[in-house]
Amino acid sequence: MVERLTGEIRAENLRKEFIRPDGQTVVAINDVNVAIKAGEFISLIGPSGCGKSTFLRLVAGLARPDGGFLLLDGVPITGPGYERGLVFQDPTLFPWLTVFENIAFGLKVRSTYHDKKQEVQDMIRLVGLEGFEKAYPHQLSGGMAQRAALARALVNHPKVLLLDEPFGALDAFTRMNMQDELLRIWQERGTTMIMVTHDVDEAIYLSDRIIVMSPRPAKIECIINVEMGRPRGRDLPDFLRLRARILQILDFAGKREEIQYYL
Amino acid sequence: MKRIGHTYKEEEMINRTRFDLSTLVPTLSAVLALLVHLLVPNSPRYTLKPLPYFTILLAGVIAVTLVLAALSLFSQRVRERYAFKSWFIAAFLLLLNLLNIATLKLMLLPVIYFPNPDRILKVFADDWAFILKCLGYSLRLLVTGYAIGALAGMTTGILVGWSRKWSYWVNPLIKVIGPIPSTAWVPIALVSFPTTFAASAFLIALAVWFPTTVLTSSGISNVQNSYFEVSSTLGAKVIHKIFKVALPAAAPSIFVGIFNGTGASFITLMTAEMMGVKYGIGWYINWQKDMLSYANVYAGLIVIALTFSLIITLLFRVRDRILVWQKGVIKW
Ligand SMILES: Nc1ncnc2c1ncn2[C@@H]1O[C@H](COP(=O)(O)OP(=O)(O)OP(=O)(O)O)[C@@H](O)[C@H]1O
Ligand SMILES: [Mg+2]
Repeated sequence: MVERLTGEIRAENLRKEFIRPDGQTVVAINDVNVAIKAGEFISLIGPSGCGKSTFLRLVAGLARPDGGFLLLDGVPITGPGYERGLVFQDPTLFPWLTVFENIAFGLKVRSTYHDKKQEVQDMIRLVGLEGFEKAYPHQLSGGMAQRAALARALVNHPKVLLLDEPFGALDAFTRMNMQDELLRIWQERGTTMIMVTHDVDEAIYLSDRIIVMSPRPAKIECIINVEMGRPRGRDLPDFLRLRARILQILDFAGKREEIQYYL
Repeated sequence: MKRIGHTYKEEEMINRTRFDLSTLVPTLSAVLALLVHLLVPNSPRYTLKPLPYFTILLAGVIAVTLVLAALSLFSQRVRERYAFKSWFIAAFLLLLNLLNIATLKLMLLPVIYFPNPDRILKVFADDWAFILKCLGYSLRLLVTGYAIGALAGMTTGILVGWSRKWSYWVNPLIKVIGPIPSTAWVPIALVSFPTTFAASAFLIALAVWFPTTVLTSSGISNVQNSYFEVSSTLGAKVIHKIFKVALPAAAPSIFVGIFNGTGASFITLMTAEMMGVKYGIGWYINWQKDMLSYANVYAGLIVIALTFSLIITLLFRVRDRILVWQKGVIKW
């Protein structure tokens, strides 16, 4: 079932700081240690502004750590590469390219377009954008743009796919469909998935493990194993119990932050 | 059985075959001009031989406008477009009519500097081959200089917009040299180049180069960083980031630069031709002016106006073609 067993991510004492315009240092990620196995489906969940996107950017190689190590299959990540695809929080389609051309972009710059033209069409079908191949991004709805961005990352067959709230703009029905499609691709390809989401149900439905992060500076609050077979019924007692537990952890982490503020 | 009133569809059918009075206005205006021209006697002070050209022109206009009016009866598309433009066309014909009255019929204006329409038309009739030749020379010079300037401008614009090093060395140079109107270089260009053609081509290139460079580089340095980030997570190398991301993203700005350069290139072309380049439409105007043949000067001006506006229209078409993806986005 699994094609490849590469795509393992390891973070050791990972730290990332930003310097604010007023000169103060903001610690976005502090001392994160995690080992993500090849082919694992991981969700990152945590309050807004805690550093989830920053973590994905570090893995993608768009930002450098200020301390610690970040390894892909044992090799330090030094810059971006197509083997780590990233679907941004904001779709950022290229406005001057059609949907088709956007999705084909990765293949074209890697000069593999001629052999894999069919793949672009397959991806378009997969994300339900048939008939919109020739549309420009400004003609798409927010959800369609997000799906196109997902297809654009998938067409490259990355070892690791980083997803930053990819289904945030979709209606409940499309979202569930896309979740199933994503699971199917994941099972077919054995891609390592790291997905940021605010939707606890989505995290439970999809993930092998859920990493719950604490408010800034982001530390790992806890890692939860989801020990349920797939497909997962969203109304099973196990599901609901897990959901209650995660919400409680998030709530507790939030409260602690409040207490810190008052101190 | 007959129904009273019409359904929406029937109403539309009636509208479709309806005749629009506006479509006859240009014809009426042309007929009026022709009647004035034929029936009102020329000024007694006007001693030159009468010419047939204005009559021919008006007759032609009447024929064409009648054909358009007739077509308008059958095609809704033609009717709408023609009816929309008809008042402007009529006003323009009226203006010609008034001009004819002022020059030929009443001689209100000095005859040497303000020839009547007949005399200007006569220039086209007699001198068209030579005027076309001059136009050819002008276009050759313009296209040569323009192409060099636009390509060079885009190249330096990309280098300066993309690379810090280039920006460090070249930007000050652009800032100092760029704003000098290229015509100010005429004295130097004329002695630095083997031929006046080369000198003028250089000046035109310079005129186009500056705005193209500035707007290309500013366009490229203003491209959202996230586009570069996305492209690098998709496997793009530097070369792709320049040509597949930076350049298309900066295209709207580059076009602004090219349009500015186009205006500057027209000015430079005319100046160069009036200052020494042999042949060319600017040279023709200058030469005819020296000979006090103002009818020829006007003919030259008309040719320039038509040619330049045609070039601008073509450029707009090209831009709209390339920037289709911007449709719906606010345009400058
Ligand atoms: N380029 C940057 N410069 C300065 N500060 C930054 C930068 N990027 C992120 N930050 C800061 O780092 C912190 C974490 O940001 P990040 O975008 O990772 O949050 P997030 O968890 O993805 O939030 P959200 O769920 O709202 O998307 C924030 O406080 C943010 O202000
Ligand atoms: Mg984020």
